Amino acid sequence: MTTLTTAAPVSMSRPFYGWTLHDGLVVARRNLIQTVRVPELLFFSLVQPVIFVLLFAYVFGGAIPIPGDGAADAYRQYLMPGIFGQTVAFAAASSTVGLAEDMHKGLIDRFRSLPMSPPAVLIGRTFADAARQVLVLVVLTITGYVVGWRIDNGLLNAIWAYGLLLLFAYTVAWIGSWVGLYMPNPETANTAGLIWLFPLTFLSNAFVPINSLPGWLQTFAAWNPISALVLACRELFGNPTGIQPDYWPLQHAEAYTLISCTVLIVIFATLSVRRYRRTTSR
Amino acid sequence: MTDNAVVAEGLVKHFGDVHALDGIDLTVARGQVVGLLGPNGAGKTTTVRILSTLLQPTAGRAEVAGFDVVRQPDQVRRAIGLTGQYAAVDEYLTGRENLRMFGDLYHLSPRYVKERSAELLEWFELTEAADRPAKTYSGGMRRRLDLAASLVAQPSILFLDEPTTGLDPRSRLGLWGVISNLVEQGTTVLLTTQYLEEADQLAQDIVVIDHGAVIAHGTAEQLKDQIGGDRLEVSVADPARVGDAIAALGGIGGGAVAEESRISMPVSGGSTVLVDAVRALDAQGIEVTDLLLRRPTLDDVFLALTGHAAEDDTPAPATGRGRRKDGAA
Repeated sequence: MTTLTTAAPVSMSRPFYGWTLHDGLVVARRNLIQTVRVPELLFFSLVQPVIFVLLFAYVFGGAIPIPGDGAADAYRQYLMPGIFGQTVAFAAASSTVGLAEDMHKGLIDRFRSLPMSPPAVLIGRTFADAARQVLVLVVLTITGYVVGWRIDNGLLNAIWAYGLLLLFAYTVAWIGSWVGLYMPNPETANTAGLIWLFPLTFLSNAFVPINSLPGWLQTFAAWNPISALVLACRELFGNPTGIQPDYWPLQHAEAYTLISCTVLIVIFATLSVRRYRRTTSR
Repeated sequence: MTDNAVVAEGLVKHFGDVHALDGIDLTVARGQVVGLLGPNGAGKTTTVRILSTLLQPTAGRAEVAGFDVVRQPDQVRRAIGLTGQYAAVDEYLTGRENLRMFGDLYHLSPRYVKERSAELLEWFELTEAADRPAKTYSGGMRRRLDLAASLVAQPSILFLDEPTTGLDPRSRLGLWGVISNLVEQGTTVLLTTQYLEEADQLAQDIVVIDHGAVIAHGTAEQLKDQIGGDRLEVSVADPARVGDAIAALGGIGGGAVAEESRISMPVSGGSTVLVDAVRALDAQGIEVTDLLLRRPTLDDVFLALTGHAAEDDTPAPATGRGRRKDGAA
């Protein structure tokens, strides 16, 4: 065994965008490499929303009437933005499971013992989980076109809709991160990471018009940020929206989406970073 | 600046009602290897986590590389390397990618990281596996990569938390060689272990802790001298006669402990003890399968100090002290 001969460590100079973003990108790169190295996981994360499209389009499609639109394929036009919204919401689960695994394997301990920026591990995680959704949205768009869905309001509006979807993915990734930091082990994270997403996505206008819901659920669904997101996407894609009950978030879908995402990111990033600074593996 | 790399004074850590640390004092001189020895749940991991800035002490203070672990965590982190109980590497990244990631997070120049990684991979005999995902590595290889990762920035102080737990004997020997080599090059090491042999092999100074407090401190030889003299070990053919054998040996010395058919007791008087023992046992017609006189091991030290064996997992659960609890504050 030889001795180590490398010269003393040489530091790099601080990049103009700061250490937090630098460290965040290093962690994001690591998380994205993971995606490429486990193609099976990527494959199934793409198959799941495709199955949702097919199930809803062909099983429920005929049974759910869209008020104000009599066209035969109206439900599929109505459905696709809902599936987009639901799918990006599930980005939260990968943040939860990913952080629980990092804690379990002692990686969080190691990151915390490094002189790196503390929020960077979470920034990298949420960024990578949101970035993965780009691929998911591409596959979903193709599937949508196959079952007859169309973008019908110009390319710029469509790009803006995709932008809102990714912003929402990034937002829920922070919520998922916060949940993940409280998970005792990856197995629990697998369940707990998903469980709150089902009521959140189904108690919205993603699959059924809000005015079909009973009164108090209607209020919840109207203020649910997913409803505003999905409605904004329907408007931007030029898809049928149904008739909106009189709630502020539904009258100002884009504004409410931007506001709720910003507020949620601020709240959950603060809570997550605070929790991260005190967390150790278990 | 002092000559001490690590100084801890009266470290206390409570997790709710659980008193993980009850006032630990610890000093590691620069360039020294100190072994923190104790059973599961003694407080070893908690101590390392406080010193490596992962946990804040409830009371007491600690300095690492001259910096306060609570008030100057960033400076401490720049000076240390930490290798925990798990091989904390990303299993989907290759060995080389892991080292690059940690080097980047230490804010080291890409060129330096590249050279240093290549050198570490070579040194840890991982060059051939360097471009395979760590998932494909054996347990020993992962531990070596883990240790390599904590060496990227050439830390002056290394915390090794049970570095060889779960490794096969060959990998353990290999890792001991690496650690000895680092120490020769001037690295200060604080090593926790529940293997007495490991502390004996690697550490100049051993701190024995149990239930969150230091119960003994010294070199391996000093600790052995503390419990005095040699040990007589007798194995009897019939386990049912262990009691008779202890009675028969009563004239030679007291304090015998028996485990199944094996009896161990402290004695003084050199090799005449062996003759006396054979005579006493023969007089009672007790058949002996093995009889020897040896220097005490650290196992004996631990047993004498704590009343239970070092690798016995069962003691201390009444208060739930255990490293599994560490994170659940």
